[in-house]
This record gives sequence, structure tokens and C-alpha cells, in this order.
Amino acid sequence: MNTLFAKSLGITTLLAASLSTPHAVAADKIIKIDGSSTVYPITEAVAEEFQKATKTKVTVGESGTGSGFKKFCRGETDVSNASRPILQKEMDACKEAGIQYIELPVAFDALTVVVNQKNDWVKSLSVEELNKIWKPGSSVKNWKQVNAAYPDKTLALFGPGTASGTFDYFTEAVNGKAKSSRTDYTPSEDDNVLVQGVSGNAGGLGYFGYAYYEENKDKLRAIPISAKAGSPAVMPSPEAVKDGSYQPLARPLFIYVNATSAAFKPEVKAFVNFYLENAPKLVAEVKYVPLPAEDYAAVKDHFKAMKPGTGFAGKNEVGIKVKDLINRIK
Amino acid sequence: MQASTTPAKASVLSNLNAVRTMIRRHKRNDIIFASIGLIALMLALLTLVTLFVDLVLDGYPKFNLTFFSDFPSRRAGSAGLLSAWVGSLLVMIVTFLTAVPMGVAAGLYLEEYAPKNWFSDLIEINVSNLAGVPSIIYGLLALGLFVYGLDLGQSILTAGLTLGLLILPIVIVSTREAVRGIPVAIREAAYAVGATKWQVVSDHVVKYSQGGILTGVIIGMSRAIGETAPIITIGALTFIAFLPPSPITDVAPYLNFEWLSASFTVLPIQMFNWLSRPEHAFHINAAATGAIIILVTLLMNGTAIWLRYKIRKNIKW
Repeated sequence: MNTLFAKSLGITTLLAASLSTPHAVAADKIIKIDGSSTVYPITEAVAEEFQKATKTKVTVGESGTGSGFKKFCRGETDVSNASRPILQKEMDACKEAGIQYIELPVAFDALTVVVNQKNDWVKSLSVEELNKIWKPGSSVKNWKQVNAAYPDKTLALFGPGTASGTFDYFTEAVNGKAKSSRTDYTPSEDDNVLVQGVSGNAGGLGYFGYAYYEENKDKLRAIPISAKAGSPAVMPSPEAVKDGSYQPLARPLFIYVNATSAAFKPEVKAFVNFYLENAPKLVAEVKYVPLPAEDYAAVKDHFKAMKPGTGFAGKNEVGIKVKDLINRIK
Repeated sequence: MQASTTPAKASVLSNLNAVRTMIRRHKRNDIIFASIGLIALMLALLTLVTLFVDLVLDGYPKFNLTFFSDFPSRRAGSAGLLSAWVGSLLVMIVTFLTAVPMGVAAGLYLEEYAPKNWFSDLIEINVSNLAGVPSIIYGLLALGLFVYGLDLGQSILTAGLTLGLLILPIVIVSTREAVRGIPVAIREAAYAVGATKWQVVSDHVVKYSQGGILTGVIIGMSRAIGETAPIITIGALTFIAFLPPSPITDVAPYLNFEWLSASFTVLPIQMFNWLSRPEHAFHINAAATGAIIILVTLLMNGTAIWLRYKIRKNIKW
């Protein structure tokens, strides 16, 4: 112990000496990315391929859209993954730090409403019905209360936690205001827990990203959604999202690129171009919905023009088209 | 005579019977308590074993060398633990090098040098309290202090220092426990032959208590290796498909400290990421990682017990 003790002390001194210049040695080119865990699988796939192709080092974190923007607006990351547009307070933070960003939609996700396999009574749900179930203070506790034709079965609700971008989008689309929702449901940040909840409860109803439904089709049933009572109900599918008929629960996913990095770091520029070039294949591979080809072309042009800014006025918006979004920034 | 002994004999007999009943009752109580204790132990063990067996059964297809030599990937089949286990190892090295010297020194000071007054009592209460603070608090402290305050960034150094702080109270408390176990006679004997305080501490106290200290250190380290919350708070990454610069180089001075400022991921974070994926194949990877973390922890705790036994055997008072 004596010698061990002395050795540790010696090494600690060396450690302390090296402390003074911890950043001076980071000469290697590293592209730093953080943000949404929803967008993470797409960016991970791109990073993996890009690193193989160019030997440039890429790191991706998944601290969430909000934390990601915090780091991004401090200039710590080159690219930020986001499952919702940048919000006003984040725009302010970026502005204060002198960080400009280029907003690029990269894929769609279809929020999917699911029920238990034993549930044979629901054929489709309208946004009004979803609102009746999910609005704040809703007293709907039984399927009979949703529709008199449904059986007398207890309704068990499952949904993502309040920190999730999925929660923000769903509440915005269904209840008209982000984060406004009834609170007496079973929340979980882990979508696999929601899958288990709905598949284990005959009266269960829940919502999450399409990829989790796709992987669990044998345990769950997705519900076709109609935007208004009476309008045709649409089953969530990559095709329905692509042609714009799955509304209002299809949402765009974004990456935000630091404009200075894009202009002065050739590896960041190359990475984003590689991202947009390979997105159609890689997005589908990780079970998200690629944008239509002409939209990718528009996004590529947008990146080439290096026009900073956001097409949203600092708040989320339901059902916006990628083309309109890009035209707004132009 | 006969008439007077009979009642006496009877009373002795009845006393004897009473005593026997009492002994029987006490023995029965013993058995009842022993079975309750055994059931409690079995329940705890069974839960752990079930969990472990379940993880091993789920994860066994991944128990091969490539799982340890592959980087993370979007394809579950070719995704591996390389950056995670290297990250965990390097973070543990920093944790060890900070927590052990500081913890042992603090423990020795508190036990051997500190004056016994209200201030020492206050420190003692606080150290014990710190051992029970939720780990996320350490993460938040580290985010403010190490990441932004000292500008160490989201690096291996930051993570190691954070976990070092986290297990510091454990090391201090176990050092003090170990030191307290040394008979006063040993110290007095050393003083009697003219040893100074430092000589007593370095030649006797540290020497005889190293088994206990080592146990505390290893138990602290095995807690640190499974920590996720503080590491996520300070910003560990998830996808990182390259290794930090090697600590050993082939040119003088043969040591390289660049790895300290490198970004990293660790085993529990990799497991957490795989678990939250939709694809079932990733859940297999997560189960395998979980089994590996439990194995490493078991191995570390086992080493602690073995070392303590080995060191105690060599000490003869």
C-alpha cells in the first residue's frame, strides 16, 4: 500500500500538470453532433457511413432536442439533431452567442396511435376523438365514452413523458397547444415500455414513433387517423406520409448546422452533403420516412445557398410542407 | 423427611420442566428467525440470479470476441462495445487515481490527526451524508464545475473526476472503519519505542488497514462503473466509433495525456441506448452488455473479498 500510495500521488501530480492545457492538444478534426434521441438513429447511420468513407471522426450524442440546442448555441457542437423546430428562447440564446444556423429537414416520422391486438372494435379515430381522449382534464375512462358503439372496456392510456418532442408534437396536433395534455396516463421516456403497456392491456391505447410500431406489428394494431370527423381515415405508412395524406400526425425531423462550421470547416460541409445525398437510403433503413426526392433536392440547394435562419417563428407548427418551409427562409 | 422431600422434588421437577419448555421455545424461536433470515437471503439472491440468468440467456448470442472489438453501429448484428469498454476503463483509471489518494489521505487525517471538536464532528456528519447523495447531484455539480467552470469539456477527465467525487465518501468512510479496527496497543507500542506520528501511521496504521481500505476502494469502483446518470449529465456521447489517443507512446516521455481530454462513452450508456431502440436485435446487445456489467462488478467485489482475506491472513498481531 505504501508504494501504491506513493505511485498514485506521483501520477496525480502528473495529471495535475497536464490539466493546464487540456484543450490545446485537440488537433484532430472531429465533427460534433448532439440533440434529439428520435433523430439519433438517422444521424448515427450517416455518421457511421461517413466515417467509413472519409476517415473523418464524427461523434453523436442523444441528450435530447432541448439539451442539444443548449450545447449548439454555446458553440460546442457543429450539428444539432432536432425532432421539433428551434424555439424562441433557443433562437435568442443562439443570437446572443453569435451562432447562426442552417435549418435542414431530413426525414419524416409518423406518430402512430396504437391499440391492443384484442381490440377489434376501433376501426379508425378522428382527431376530434383523440382530442376528447387526450385533452387536459378529460374524464374519458372507458371506451364506451369515446363512442357509444364501443364496448364497456376500461381505457388505459400510455404516452411519452413531458420532456419528449413526440409529446410536444402530438399535443400540439391533437389538443392545439404543445404540452397541454391530460396527466392521468402512464408516461415513459422509453417507447419500448409503452409498447409493453399497450400490448399487455386489452383496453390499452398509446402513441409513439412509427419505427416502434413497425418493429412490434405482431403485438400491436395501428389505428387509421382521420384529420376531421367524416374525412377518410388514413393508416400510417411511409407512402401515406410521403404523399402528405397522413395528417396531422406526420412530423418533419431536422438537423441544424452551425453556419460558421459549414462555411469554414470543409469536413462539416462534406458531412452535411453526404447526409442529404445518402438520406433516402439510410432513413428508410432505420425505419423512418424519407422526404420525397424533389424535397431532398430543394434541401440540398438550400444548404448550398448557406442561408441561415428558421422557417418557423420560434414555435412548432403542424402539417407544414418542406417546400413551403424552404421558401419561407429564402 | 420423605413427606418434605417429595414436594421439593416435585417443585424441582416442575422447575426443570419449565426450564426445558423455555429452552425448547427459545430453540424454536431460533429456528423461526433463521428460516426468516434464510428466506430473505434467498429472495434477494434469487432476484439477482434470475436477473443475471435472464440477461445471459437473452444476450448469449453476443458473447464473442467481435462484440468487444467492434464499434457501435446502426446494424445490431455488427454493433459492438469497443468504444464503451475502453471508455469505461479509462474513466475508471482517472476515478481510481483521484478518489484513492484523496479518500485515503482524508480518512487517515480524520481518524489520526484531526482534533476531536465540533468542527471535526461536522465534517464527519457531512462525509457520511455525502455517501447518500443521489448521483445525479454529482453530475449537476460536475457540469457546472468541471465542464464549464474549469473548462475541462465533456472529457474522460471530467467523467473520471465526477465519479471520483462520487465514491470519495465511500473511500473515506471505509478507510476510517479500517483504521479504527487496529488495536490501540499497536499504536501505543510504536509510540513507546519512540516512533513519530507519521511513522506510526505509515508503518503500522496504513499497513494493517490496507485490506479494509482496498475493500472500500473496490466497492466504490464497482459502484462507479455502473453509474449512468452523472455521466449523461456531463454529456457522454453515444455514437463514437474511434478510440481516444493511446496513453502510452513510443517516444519519450512514453506517456501521453491527450486521452484525458477525449470524448467518450461508457458501458451503461451504450446499454441504455440499445435498450431504447425499437429493433429487438439491439435488445439482445443490451442484455449482453448488462450481463457483462454485472460480471465485472461481481469480479471486482470478489477480488475485494479475496484481497481482504489474503491480507488479513498475513497480519499477526
